[in-house]
Amino acid sequence: MAKRIEVSGLHAYYGGVHAIEDISMTIEPRSVTAFIGPSGCGKSTFLRTLNRMHEVIPGARVEGKVMLDDEDLYGASVDPVAVRRVVGMVFQRPNPFPTMSIYDNVAAGLKLNGVRKKARLDEIVEESLQGANLWNEVKDRLSKPGAGLSGGQQQRLCIARAIAVQPQVLLMDEPCSALDPISTLAIEDLIAKLKSQYTIVIVTHNMQQAARVSDRTAFFNIAGTGQPGKLIEIDDTSNIFTNPEMKATEDYITGRFG
Amino acid sequence: MTTVSVRKNPAPEGTGPSLTSVATGRKVKDRAVQVLVYGAFALAVIPLISVLWTVVVNGIERLDADFFAFSMNGLSGMDAGGGAYHAIIGTLEQVAITSVIAVPIAVLTAIYLVEYGGNSRLARTISFFVDVMTGIPSIVAGLFVLALWLLTFGFEYSGFAGALALTILMIPTVVRATEEMLKLVPNDLREASYALGVPRWRTVVFVVLPTALSGIVTGVMLAVARVMGETAPLLLTIFFTKAINTNPFEGPQGSLPTFIWEQAADPNQNSIDRAWAGALVLILIIMLLNLGARLIARLWRPAGGH
Repeated sequence: MAKRIEVSGLHAYYGGVHAIEDISMTIEPRSVTAFIGPSGCGKSTFLRTLNRMHEVIPGARVEGKVMLDDEDLYGASVDPVAVRRVVGMVFQRPNPFPTMSIYDNVAAGLKLNGVRKKARLDEIVEESLQGANLWNEVKDRLSKPGAGLSGGQQQRLCIARAIAVQPQVLLMDEPCSALDPISTLAIEDLIAKLKSQYTIVIVTHNMQQAARVSDRTAFFNIAGTGQPGKLIEIDDTSNIFTNPEMKATEDYITGRFG
Repeated sequence: MTTVSVRKNPAPEGTGPSLTSVATGRKVKDRAVQVLVYGAFALAVIPLISVLWTVVVNGIERLDADFFAFSMNGLSGMDAGGGAYHAIIGTLEQVAITSVIAVPIAVLTAIYLVEYGGNSRLARTISFFVDVMTGIPSIVAGLFVLALWLLTFGFEYSGFAGALALTILMIPTVVRATEEMLKLVPNDLREASYALGVPRWRTVVFVVLPTALSGIVTGVMLAVARVMGETAPLLLTIFFTKAINTNPFEGPQGSLPTFIWEQAADPNQNSIDRAWAGALVLILIIMLLNLGARLIARLWRPAGGH
C-alpha cells in the first residue's frame, strides 16, 4: 500500500510571505520519516503541502513538484480531494467530530465518501480501531460520543479515523504534543506498528521521540525571523543524531542552538 | 476611597509582602461590582416578570375552550364570547410560510458568507445588505410588499402577502445568528474532514452544520418569535377579517397581533379581555415552538451528548 514521495524544488507561500524555500527530498515507503527543527521553520507547512492541505488556508499557494510514486500531486488535472484520500493526516490537537459517536467518527471518512453498507463499515471500523490500539478500550461503547474519551484515546481515535479510509501515506503533525507520556508511548508503539503498512511522516518537537520512532530524520531551520524555512539535511536518524553533516544540525540536537 | 492602601502600611521588613492584608481593597471592589451585576440583572428581569404577570393575570380570564374554537364572525366588540381561532390559524400559517421561505435562504446565505465567501467583494456586499435589511422598520417591509405584490402585481390581500413581508424581516436576523454559530465551529473540524478526503460541501453538510445546529435552531426560534409579534406589516398585507379563512393564498386573513390590536382598540371590557387572552396565546405559542425546536435539535444529534 505504501508509496514513495519525491519532492523537488518546493516553495510554499502564505499570501506574500515566503514560508518555505526550495525543498527537495525523498521519503521512503514503509518507514518513518521525522521532521525536526525550531518553531516557525516551516516543517508543519511542508507537511501540509504533502496532502494539499496547505492551500486550504486563504491566500496560501505552493510551487514545485511532489511525486507520489509516479504521479505529481500538483499536476493540473489532480483533484486535491482525491489526494487527501490517499495521503491521510493526523493533527496536533485531537479533533474528533463532536457531534458523532466513536463509531461514526471512525466511519466518517467512508460514510462521507459514500460507503453505505453496514457490514462493510462494521468491519473497517473494527479493523481501524484495532489498528490504532483502541478497540479493546472502546468496543463496548462505540455509540458513545468520541469527545468523551481521554486526550490520548481521542488522538488514537483520530488515527483510526485517518487509517479507516486506507491511505497510502500518513502525515502526523506533532501528534503527541498535547498528550501525557503514557499516551505518547501508546502512540509511538502504534507508529512502529503502522510503518509496516504505511509511509509515515511525523513532525515533532521532541528529539527523543524523533530518535525513538523514525528511520530517517530531516532537520529544518530558518536563517532569521521573516526568512523562509529551509531543509538543512536529511539522513538516517542514527547519522543525524550521532554524526550530522551540518554544523547547524549538530548545534540544534545538542541544544547549543542560536 | 475604599481602596485602602496597602502601601501605607507596608509589611514589617524582612518578612516580605503579607499574604492576608493585601486583599481588603480588592474585596470591597469585588463586592461592589457583584452588587452592581446582580442589581442590573434584577432590573432587567423586572419588566419581563411584570409583562408575563400582567398578561397571565388578565389573559387567563378568557383563555377558555371557546377562545380556541370560535372566530369573531358576526360578533361586535360589545358581545361576550367569540374567540381567536381565525387569528391563531392565520398566525400559524403565515409564520410557517415565512419560515419555509426565509430559513433556507438565510441559512444558505450564512453558509456562503462563512464557508465560501471569505473576504471577496460579493461576500462583503451581501454582508452590507444584510446589515441594511436588519435596520428596515417593519412597517416599511409591509409597505414594500403592499407596493410590489398587491399594487404592482395586482394580487389581493392574503396571508401569503403577510408572510412575504415577514420574510423580509426574518432573513437578516437568521443570517446573522447562523453566521455567528458557523464561525464558532472550530477550523480543526473542517481540516479534519478535508484531510479525510471529504469534499467541501459534504464537510459543510455533515460536519459544520450538525456542530452548529443547536445554535442555529435557537437563532431561528428567536427570529420566529420576533416576526410572530409583528403587527404593522400585517395590517398592510393581510388586511382584516373576523371570519375563519384557512387558505393563506386567498383573501384577507386573521392573525394574533392584528387580533390583539383590533380588540384592544375597542373600549368594551369583553374586547379588552379578548385582547389579553390573545396576547397570552401568542406567548404560549412562541414558548411551545421553542421547546419543540430544542427537543428536535437534541434528538437530531444523539451522539452529541452535551
